[in-house]
Amino acid sequence: MRIIGLSIAVAGFLANPLAAEPVAPGDVKYEDGVVEASLTGVAGDPANGRDVFKNRKLGNCLACHVNADMPEESFHGEVGPEMTGVADRWEAQELRAIVANSKMVFEDSIMPAFYQNTGFERTLKKFDGKTILTAQQVEDVLAYLQTLKDE
Amino acid sequence: MKTLKVLVSTACFVGMAVSTHAEESAALSIDGQEFTIQTAAPAHAENLDEVTSGWIYRAKETQALQLDDFDNPGFVFVDQAIDLWNEVEGSEGKACASCHEDVGQFAGLRTTLPRVEDGKVVTMEDLVNTCRTDHMGAEPWKYSGSQIIAMTALIGLQSRGMPMNVAIDGEAAEFWEQGRELYYTRVGQLDMACSNCHEDNYDTMIRADHLSQGQTNGFPTYRLKNAKLNSTHARFKGCMKNIRAEPYKVGGEEFKSLELYIASRGQGLSVETPSVRN
Repeated sequence: MRIIGLSIAVAGFLANPLAAEPVAPGDVKYEDGVVEASLTGVAGDPANGRDVFKNRKLGNCLACHVNADMPEESFHGEVGPEMTGVADRWEAQELRAIVANSKMVFEDSIMPAFYQNTGFERTLKKFDGKTILTAQQVEDVLAYLQTLKDE
Repeated sequence: MKTLKVLVSTACFVGMAVSTHAEESAALSIDGQEFTIQTAAPAHAENLDEVTSGWIYRAKETQALQLDDFDNPGFVFVDQAIDLWNEVEGSEGKACASCHEDVGQFAGLRTTLPRVEDGKVVTMEDLVNTCRTDHMGAEPWKYSGSQIIAMTALIGLQSRGMPMNVAIDGEAAEFWEQGRELYYTRVGQLDMACSNCHEDNYDTMIRADHLSQGQTNGFPTYRLKNAKLNSTHARFKGCMKNIRAEPYKVGGEEFKSLELYIASRGQGLSVETPSVRN
């Protein structure tokens, strides 16, 4: 118990200096389909991640992915794989790469890159040069996805 | 507690499967006339086996609105176009009806448009506006305004039930290629091409919407969403904004080439205008 408490405190201490400066979209390191480091150094908030997942103006992940954890929502898309058990199928570092820029993992995927702000054509002015989600929102979604286990 | 949650999510899953998928076995027949809503894809739509009308993917209630012209709200606008057809305008003191006695003479025209003439893609909107400026001495209508959409629905209606059959060879080939290029080019912050949704993922749900092949044989189409007739170019613009892309100009060269290409992907499907969609 004491050891766990200590390690959380240490992780918190290490993370704090990074919190002020999230990793810029162009600086995210993709290695073999994995992004090892947190984009912010701040632990993701699964409750906020759940909101980002279903919010049409934010992630709108539900537009394409069935999610049994959200029976209160009437419409679940079926373009991508179901989210049930996603935490059993992927490591957090793999999910980070998929959410931040799925094309670094699945070439030709239809899935938008949620943390990428260059390389697009004809982007509407109000979105030009911007990412769909902030670094922290990506981390929040990851924290939420990690709660979606089969059991 | 846990059991309850499982029950709820199962109910949700079953409910979705029943309510969101349209009756794909249904046939489209209006006043005894049968429509081709599903047929073998033309060879130039190389990634499709079959082509399907968007009517197939709509909910039963929406489908039903198209089965009877008295229920079809698109006919309100067709009636407005009949008035416009007879309205004298411009310096020559003419109406459409002055030269074209019966709009029925345009049976078949919709199936062949857009077409390429003198190095340009010509749409039905162009034909109507050329008549207005060159023969009536009237101002052209706004390219995708309510009057021209109504008029193209009235003229398109004369071809209802006839198979789409646009020319893509000869002079049309280069414009068709441009349209094809646009169809497969990813744009916008969501970085998607037409093909990502309408070729790779048609007949799947994208949240509350059942993705179609994005065929144009039903256009202009009455949409429940905005309670009016919608042109192909307005629909293209809407799609581009959805993927957070700067749309091309309505009535511009890009959309005309795209209109030609997409029309060619639907070769063989019956003209349905004014169709009803959500």
